[in-house]
Amino acid sequence: MILWLLIGIPLLAAPLAWWAERLSSVAPRWIAFAALISDTLLSLWFWVFPYACDAAEHGRWLCETRTPWIPQWGIALHLGLDGLSFVLIALIPAIGLVAVVASWTEIRERIGFFHFNLLLALSGVIGVLVALDLFLFFLFWEVMLLPVYLLIGVWGHEHRRQAAVKFFLFTQSGGLILLVSIIALAVVHQGAAGSPSFDYDDLLGLTISSDVGRWLMLGFFIAFAIKLPIVSFHTWLPDAYEKAPTGASIILAGALQIPSAYGLLRFLLPLFPDAAREAAPIAMGLGIVGTLYGALLAFAQTDYKRLVAYSSVSHLGIALIGIFAMNRLALQGVVLQLIAHGVSSAALFMLAGALQERLRTRDMRLMGGLWASVPRLASIALFFAVASLGLPGLANFIGEFLVLFGSFRAHPWLTTLASTGMVTAAIYSLALIQRTFHGPLRVDRDLPDLSGSPFAVLVAMMIILVWLGWYPMAVFSATEPTLPFLHYLEPSTPNAAPWQPIDDPSTLLLQPVPHLPHGSAG
Amino acid sequence: MLRLLWLIPALPLAGYLLLLALGARLSRRQIAWVGCGSVGAAALITGLAAVEFIPQLSRRTSYRQVLWSWIDVSDMTVEVAWHLDALALLMLFVVTGIGFLIHLYSTSYMGADEGYRRFFAYMNLFVAAMATLVLADNLLLFYVGWEGVGLCSYLLIGFWYRDPENGAAAQKAFIVTRIGDTALAIGLFIIFSYLGTLSMQEVSIRAVEAWPTGSALAVTVAALLLIGALGKSAQLPLHVWLPDAMAGPTPVSALIHAATMVTAGVYLIARMHGLFTLAPAVQLAVAIIGVLTLLLASVNALMQRDIKRVLAYSTISQIGYMFLALGVGAWSAALFHFLTHACFKALLFLSAGSVILSLHHEQDMYRMGGLRRSLPLTFWSFLIGAAALSGVPLITSGFYSKDWILWSAWSSPFSNHWLWIGGIIGAMLTGLYSFRMVFLVFFGEQRTRPGPEAGPAVSIPLILLALLALTVGFLEVPRTLGELPLFSHYLAHTLPNQAAVQERDVGEEVRQQIAAGFMSLLGIGLAFSAFFPRTDPSSRTAYPSWRDNVAALWQREWGFDHTYDRLLVRPWLSLTSTSVDALDRAYQRLVDAISLTHGQFVRTQTGKVRWYAATFAIGTLVLLGLFIGFQPR
Repeated sequence: MILWLLIGIPLLAAPLAWWAERLSSVAPRWIAFAALISDTLLSLWFWVFPYACDAAEHGRWLCETRTPWIPQWGIALHLGLDGLSFVLIALIPAIGLVAVVASWTEIRERIGFFHFNLLLALSGVIGVLVALDLFLFFLFWEVMLLPVYLLIGVWGHEHRRQAAVKFFLFTQSGGLILLVSIIALAVVHQGAAGSPSFDYDDLLGLTISSDVGRWLMLGFFIAFAIKLPIVSFHTWLPDAYEKAPTGASIILAGALQIPSAYGLLRFLLPLFPDAAREAAPIAMGLGIVGTLYGALLAFAQTDYKRLVAYSSVSHLGIALIGIFAMNRLALQGVVLQLIAHGVSSAALFMLAGALQERLRTRDMRLMGGLWASVPRLASIALFFAVASLGLPGLANFIGEFLVLFGSFRAHPWLTTLASTGMVTAAIYSLALIQRTFHGPLRVDRDLPDLSGSPFAVLVAMMIILVWLGWYPMAVFSATEPTLPFLHYLEPSTPNAAPWQPIDDPSTLLLQPVPHLPHGSAG
Repeated sequence: MLRLLWLIPALPLAGYLLLLALGARLSRRQIAWVGCGSVGAAALITGLAAVEFIPQLSRRTSYRQVLWSWIDVSDMTVEVAWHLDALALLMLFVVTGIGFLIHLYSTSYMGADEGYRRFFAYMNLFVAAMATLVLADNLLLFYVGWEGVGLCSYLLIGFWYRDPENGAAAQKAFIVTRIGDTALAIGLFIIFSYLGTLSMQEVSIRAVEAWPTGSALAVTVAALLLIGALGKSAQLPLHVWLPDAMAGPTPVSALIHAATMVTAGVYLIARMHGLFTLAPAVQLAVAIIGVLTLLLASVNALMQRDIKRVLAYSTISQIGYMFLALGVGAWSAALFHFLTHACFKALLFLSAGSVILSLHHEQDMYRMGGLRRSLPLTFWSFLIGAAALSGVPLITSGFYSKDWILWSAWSSPFSNHWLWIGGIIGAMLTGLYSFRMVFLVFFGEQRTRPGPEAGPAVSIPLILLALLALTVGFLEVPRTLGELPLFSHYLAHTLPNQAAVQERDVGEEVRQQIAAGFMSLLGIGLAFSAFFPRTDPSSRTAYPSWRDNVAALWQREWGFDHTYDRLLVRPWLSLTSTSVDALDRAYQRLVDAISLTHGQFVRTQTGKVRWYAATFAIGTLVLLGLFIGFQPR
């Protein structure tokens, strides 16, 4: 019930907000705000009382609900929530709040419809994060994407149509591949068990021949790769992020990148562990290419939002490396990195909106020296820029470092290569600050500094990053109980004394750690 | 008082937060109180902790304070915990003590600056980060401090952000050190993967158990840590950022780029000495890099016109001495030189700052001169600093620490005489460039009219530091001069002593000392003959002729910047010269292809019946032909 409530609050508030436009222009905003606040509180409820709805069993799912829907096809309304999903869910409505606040002054036309789309997309994301039926998963996936197409196309900046169509074509081809793969999986289940099933539990128990497994894995991989994005499927992203209105950029960067990473963790790796392990070096390689390519292009941009967009490509490359490292350390790192990156890039886009509102441009060649006129905005931007370059003491660092610690065990050389991303991230992040806030002042008008609710929201986001940087256990202890159920993860052997003398140390540099076996576990 | 240990990083951090949150409402006086007060209180607690801790040293060598569990995931457990031992306490004294004096000095030096609050906020944050670095119990927390001081260094180098050159210098500093940091991070990954821990104490113990001396892993890890140290401590070939870092305000140069942060690499190597002992090849590399750095940098120091750049190169070169000491296994000697260097280099920077301020931000030494009379206090403190830097025998602290290093380079079993020869030539060069500064700035005719000398906030730190620069050397008097090994006994609780040194002949040591003292005096003498203002004004700015041939190379500071520019900066800039995404072009081609073919199809829709009928007929004929042609026989 509580799971349906999580999805339902924004879903029901969406038409209400649309309708409320008739009352006044702020009514939709307040409705969206109230819906998202209550959804955030609801998701935080699990943080405080993890076993709130399942006090008896303490099984895999903290919360689970299942209602038959189309039994002859094996489709059910099956939702479930575990540690992995709820830490991510908590972020979604919170990012939505940021988007609502950032849109408060920016969106002045069709306010109701704007918030309708915003809320719908967010409820889609939450649905994706709790769906345990693949058909339902696909439905939520589409509910999440279509409103964003409208958000870009209707309220976007110049050339918005083009960006929106590009977004639509890329994500819908991904969606199509996803649907085909899901149906194929159900058909495979029919071949094995006699009846089709879209249910996660059924499919987990399925034995898939390695050939079929490889193809299905590839299908899922490409579908998620387009949305994450993984480099070479990423080109929709800079256009979409840049041309979208601030609110949509915020949820695109802060919330909508999570479902595809989650999809990889929840579906791809558990369903096809062997095929994934085979493909891991390639996927990690793509992650490294994405990290460096994104960084290079981020530095090359002259548009503030495009720079942040490419930095997002770069950071998600690191997340991809962590996902395919397939061990606990890296997985915990990925979860924290997703949250931290969601917060910091949402904040950077919010600041982009604030700058655009004041300067009527996003072109950094026209900025410079703004520290003098908007010191508060500048110092907050500095904070999030150094968060994004992975400064220790902030959550992004812990996430990134755990990913690298974990993936180093799996693939030392690839990880070493990926670590160069630390340098490139510094280059583009500092360039962002230099071009925008340092240097001689180029704007002669007086600009209002940040204040009021945008300021408060940004400070809250700073506090979250510092808090999770020094107390990441808030996230880790929530996800920890879930890890034993993710059987593809390498077993960790804390007591196996991995520092014992090694016979021939010279060979070790080229190979993974010997005490942590690489065969399929459990 | 040891229980209050956590306050040492926490107080400056609180000062930072306070300045940040309330700053706009605080008056300058209040800002100064918060900024200096927090560091002063931290220094006080350090002192109190020392009073309690030092007497216990014989019973327990370290004190550990766990604050909370930071990361406890899978087999990784890391705590936010402090580790106090003799080495950490020494560093803390310098960080908080000299840090406090420099803060005090800044209240006057930065007094007229519009960024007064921002300055003290960053400085406080720096002290907090540096204290974290020093007190960290594990490598991850150490890394937080390590990068934290790097951030503060970036912020303070670019403090006057309006000038794009300052911004470039700040970015250069951060990015070059980040290259080192990345190597250090990879070192951490290896350490954790193979040793299963990040605790500094545990790593040293387990490394000795797991890795035989000279094993590939030990060498790799030590080399990676060394690269990290090279970046932060501005040693070859990653030293290029430090001279440019002088773009920051002078107190910043004194605190961050002379006394504390740049010696973090020395601290890292000393702290992880167990690992370096396992990798003799890397240790030799430390010594060689140290000698090369100290020679190259002192030549550069000789070539500069800007007084702060001279001091910057001098810092690089003095840290080269510390690396030399570390490389030959004289851990305590390296830290002794760190201590004396922190005192006299901070003194030199602050005196130089006093000169710069009174000349209205003039930094070119060839526009200074004759300031001896108008700035007497500054003159005397600068003179003491320069004497200590040159290592004037017997009366200055620099002599005792440098002599210890040179003697170790001579006598250590890990050393060879080439290292010693490099060190002793460096001693001569040090004297030469130090007194070149003294003669150019304070003697001869006045070229720029000085303003008045600043008040007590400037003079008190100068006097105290001058006293320290003279006396701190007596903490370790060699056996040839009466033997007072306070410092080495104190550090022996943390760092291994050099047994081999003691077995050498006393006469040999005396001869070595005479050589070292002679070389530094020779350098001063050369400076006197070359740079002391003569009556003939034309000889004053003329360069000695022996310089001309290599001048071009030296002017370009050995061409490091040039090489990096060609090798790294330009390729990066040319790669990023266009903001167009090459992969996006591929998709654009696809779109073009589709719209092209679609255009062709559109053209068939003419609306003319005759055209439709004709295509209809042709199509029918083609199909019929195909049908007949492919009919199976």
